[in-house]
Amino acid sequence: MTWKKTVITDAKKIIEMYPDKRSALGPLLYLALREEGYVSKESITEISSLIGITEAQVQSVATFYSMYKQEPIGKYLISVCKSISCEISSSSTVTSELIEATGISGLKTDEEEVFSVEEVECIGACGGAPAIQVNYETIEDIKEGKVKELCDWLRTNQPKVINSDELQDKFGGRKSFDWGIQDNLGSTGPYPGFQTYKTIGEMS
Amino acid sequence: MYNNPGDSHTIDTYIKNGGYETLKIVLNNLDPQKVLDEVKDSNIRGRGGAGFPTGTKWGFLAEEETRYLVVNADESEPGTFKDRILLERDPHQLIEGMIITSYASNISEAFIYIRGEYAKSARRVQAAVQEAYENSLLGDNILGTDFSLDIVVHLGAGAYICGEETALLNSLEGKRGEPRLKPPFFPAAMGLYNKPTLVNNVETISAIPWIVKNSGKNYAKLGTEGSTGTRIFSLSGHINNPGNYEIEMGCTFREFIEDLGGGVRGDKKVKAFIPGGASAPWFTEDHLDIKMTIDDVAEAGSMLGSGAVIVMDEDTSMLKAAKSIVSFFAHESCGQCTPCREGTTWMETILDRIENGRGRTSDIDLLLDISDNISPGLDWPPKMTTICPLGPSAVSPIVSLMQYFRDEVVSLIPTKVSL
Repeated sequence: MTWKKTVITDAKKIIEMYPDKRSALGPLLYLALREEGYVSKESITEISSLIGITEAQVQSVATFYSMYKQEPIGKYLISVCKSISCEISSSSTVTSELIEATGISGLKTDEEEVFSVEEVECIGACGGAPAIQVNYETIEDIKEGKVKELCDWLRTNQPKVINSDELQDKFGGRKSFDWGIQDNLGSTGPYPGFQTYKTIGEMS
Repeated sequence: MYNNPGDSHTIDTYIKNGGYETLKIVLNNLDPQKVLDEVKDSNIRGRGGAGFPTGTKWGFLAEEETRYLVVNADESEPGTFKDRILLERDPHQLIEGMIITSYASNISEAFIYIRGEYAKSARRVQAAVQEAYENSLLGDNILGTDFSLDIVVHLGAGAYICGEETALLNSLEGKRGEPRLKPPFFPAAMGLYNKPTLVNNVETISAIPWIVKNSGKNYAKLGTEGSTGTRIFSLSGHINNPGNYEIEMGCTFREFIEDLGGGVRGDKKVKAFIPGGASAPWFTEDHLDIKMTIDDVAEAGSMLGSGAVIVMDEDTSMLKAAKSIVSFFAHESCGQCTPCREGTTWMETILDRIENGRGRTSDIDLLLDISDNISPGLDWPPKMTTICPLGPSAVSPIVSLMQYFRDEVVSLIPTKVSL
């Protein structure tokens, strides 16, 4: 999809934040995710002309980082941590339950395009292992049985904003540390909820 | 040093608790050289993993008109979640540290590189940066002085290697996160956009306001001579009370694991523990009385690294643990250096076949041979055939596995081939 004028305006604002245009490449790839959920060929063309580098250069960066998805994914990206602290805290059971609850595995998506599931490396929630993320919002110490509840809840409610504090309350257990007061901001899609990219949503 | 009321991330609470007072004193009354002297006196060593003395690093910064500060918030070392608490609960402390650091080094543009998976942390930091701008703590003429500083919050996108400082700079320049060769690319001389650049860890910079306020000498009174100050350790694994603990360096692992961590879950025994993140060689029960200082741990053949202590109980499959760590490095290898790119993947494949009962009797020697190609001699600290230490980090669990749990591996390898 060719970028709309508003997206190009957003991109230009981001480019201005940096001393060198090319530094905006990562953020612009996030804009591509915001628009389509993945880095499409058209987005690569747009980014290459906005920054003034070749499409191959954009592609080589896009494929280096695991968060820039190359194919369309579901509305909710569920990432299970499998690094050492989670691995020794039964993260593989979480993955199996997730595959059973969603009916999919790998970065494919289901027919309704609700879920995508992936195993990822350390997400910095080791004190609350096993930990997962939904659209990069963390749930710590997710217990057996809660995975199915989470998937059912997501499928039924299809929330517009995914918020870590809410998910943790509903489906999580022990936290790595006291999170302090709750906040109501979260992500609006399968990418990080971050102000610069206008991907933050507020929970109603 | 790191104080956390529930809304500690807001500027009002930070200021109410004395926040930005040190900055006022620094900007109005302290010479930049004096700030640098305090940091040198404190003897603080970088909290990212390498433990390099911060004051010395600052001292290396080459004289040039444009210089940058980059805060490394790409915390990704398995077992580590101590920067996350600082980013989410005390972002203003980090910002105050960044302003003081920039003032001391005559820097007017700074970046915080936060890993993409830390979305909530990044939101908190960005909100704090905005609050700081609104209160004349960032931007032009901070608090009415001649000093100006801008901070840009930049998100990574899922690559452990970007925690390596030169890879981080490449990433921030919009390139693949591949480490640069040192020399010539020492950041203090040729860093971001080839300009002199300070790259410091979140925890290091967050300690700067305390050091400057209370003096470097008072900071150096905490901890031990070689490992001054307090430090946040992340404790995880089979432990009753996992979490972040800020302690003075110098207590033993036994005291830390048993007294603070409440011991191993289910009253089990410690089979092994990792003293400083997934890159560090393992310790066993026999090492519990080693002191938690950078030098003591190094002397005992491992590293305090990122301050992540991971405890594994007596029922842990050490082969699975090693495979998890090796898989991590195989996935995160940037692919530049052949020994790392190929070696980590081969080691993962071999561990996988041993785990699945298809191991060969030659596999143990093969694993050590591959390790030796990445890290000749298998010594610690490792010699490297690679640009950065990622490859040798994957060797740590292999060497530890063979050193302490060889019999366990041998028992998993079938002696007869079933047809």
